[in-house]
Amino acid sequence: MNSTAYTILAILVCAACTFALRVAPFALFSGKRGMPPAVRRLAMKMPAAIIAVLVVYCLKGLPASDAAHATITLGSVAAVVALHLWKRNTLLSIAGGTILYMALLRII
Amino acid sequence: MMNKRQLFLYAFRKSIPVMLGYVFLGMAFGILLQQSGLGWPWALLISAVVYAGSMQFALVTLLSAATPLPTVAVMTLMVNSRHLFYGLSFIDTFREMGWKAPYMIFSLSDETYSVLCSCKGDEAFAQCNHEAAFYISALHQGYWVLGSIVGAVAGELLTFDATGIDFSMTALFVVILADQLRGGGREARVCAGIGVAIAIVFLLALGADRFLLPTLASTVLALAIVNCMRREVPAHE
Repeated sequence: MNSTAYTILAILVCAACTFALRVAPFALFSGKRGMPPAVRRLAMKMPAAIIAVLVVYCLKGLPASDAAHATITLGSVAAVVALHLWKRNTLLSIAGGTILYMALLRII
Repeated sequence: MMNKRQLFLYAFRKSIPVMLGYVFLGMAFGILLQQSGLGWPWALLISAVVYAGSMQFALVTLLSAATPLPTVAVMTLMVNSRHLFYGLSFIDTFREMGWKAPYMIFSLSDETYSVLCSCKGDEAFAQCNHEAAFYISALHQGYWVLGSIVGAVAGELLTFDATGIDFSMTALFVVILADQLRGGGREARVCAGIGVAIAIVFLLALGADRFLLPTLASTVLALAIVNCMRREVPAHE
C-alpha cells in the first residue's frame, strides 16, 4: 500500500469511528419505539451534568500544574463567572476571561 | 416567525463564542499537520470528514508513524468515547430535521453540543424544524475548517503569539454551565454537582488522560439512579 492510499484510509477509519460513536444513541433510540420515557427524562438531566464534566475536563491539567499557573487559571475562571453574573453577556464573559488569562500568562 | 435570514443571524450570533477558539485551534492543527509533511488539502480533508478536535491532533502523530489501521480505529474509539453520550440530548430535535439530521449527528462536537444545549429554551431555536441548529453546527465546522487550512497554508508566517487562546473554550463551557444552572433550577444544580463530584474523584484517582470515559459513564449511571428515585418529577422540555 503506498503512503497516499494509507493516509486516506487512516483518515477514513478515524472518521468512521468518530461518526459511529456520535450516531450510536440515535441508532439505539430512533426506531419505531422511540425513546422510553425514563430515557427521555434522563436525557433532559444530562446537559447540565455533561457540561459540568466538560468544565472539569478543560481544567484537568490543574492538579499537575504549578501554583502560579493554577492561580492564573482559577483566577480567570472566577473572572468569567463574575463577569457573567454581572453582565450576562456570553461574548463579553468569554472574551474578558480569555484576554485576562492570556495577559496573566505573559505577565506572571 | 422569523424568516431564514433572521434565523441565520440568530445562529451566527450564537456561533460567535466558538469562532475564535475554533479558528485558532484549527490553525494549531493545520500547522502541526503541515510540519508533519501533509499540506492544506489534507487539513481540509481531515477537518471536513473527521471533525473532532483532540483526535485530529492525535491523528497527526498516528499518520506520521504509519500506525496500523486497527490501532487507528481503537485509538479513535478511545479518544472520542465521550461522544457516545451527546446524542441522547438531541434525539427528538434532530429527528425533526429530515435530511439535515445525519449532518447534525456527524457535527456534534463538544462545543456544538454545549451551544445547542444553551439554545434549547430560545423561541428562535425551535422554528422551522430547528433550522437555526443546522446553521450553528455548519458555522462551527466552517470556522474549524477555515482555521485548519489557514494554519496549514500560512501558519509559519504568523508572528502573533496565541498561547492561551484555548482558554476561550474553557470559558465557553463555564458560561454555558452558569446559564444552565441559572435556568435549570434545583434539578440542574443537583445534576451538575453530581457530574463535578464524580469528575474530580476520577481525575484524582485515574489521572488526566484516563478519567473522562469512566466519569461520563458513572455520571449517566448516577443520573439514571436519581431518575428512578424521583419518578414523580414531571417531564418538561
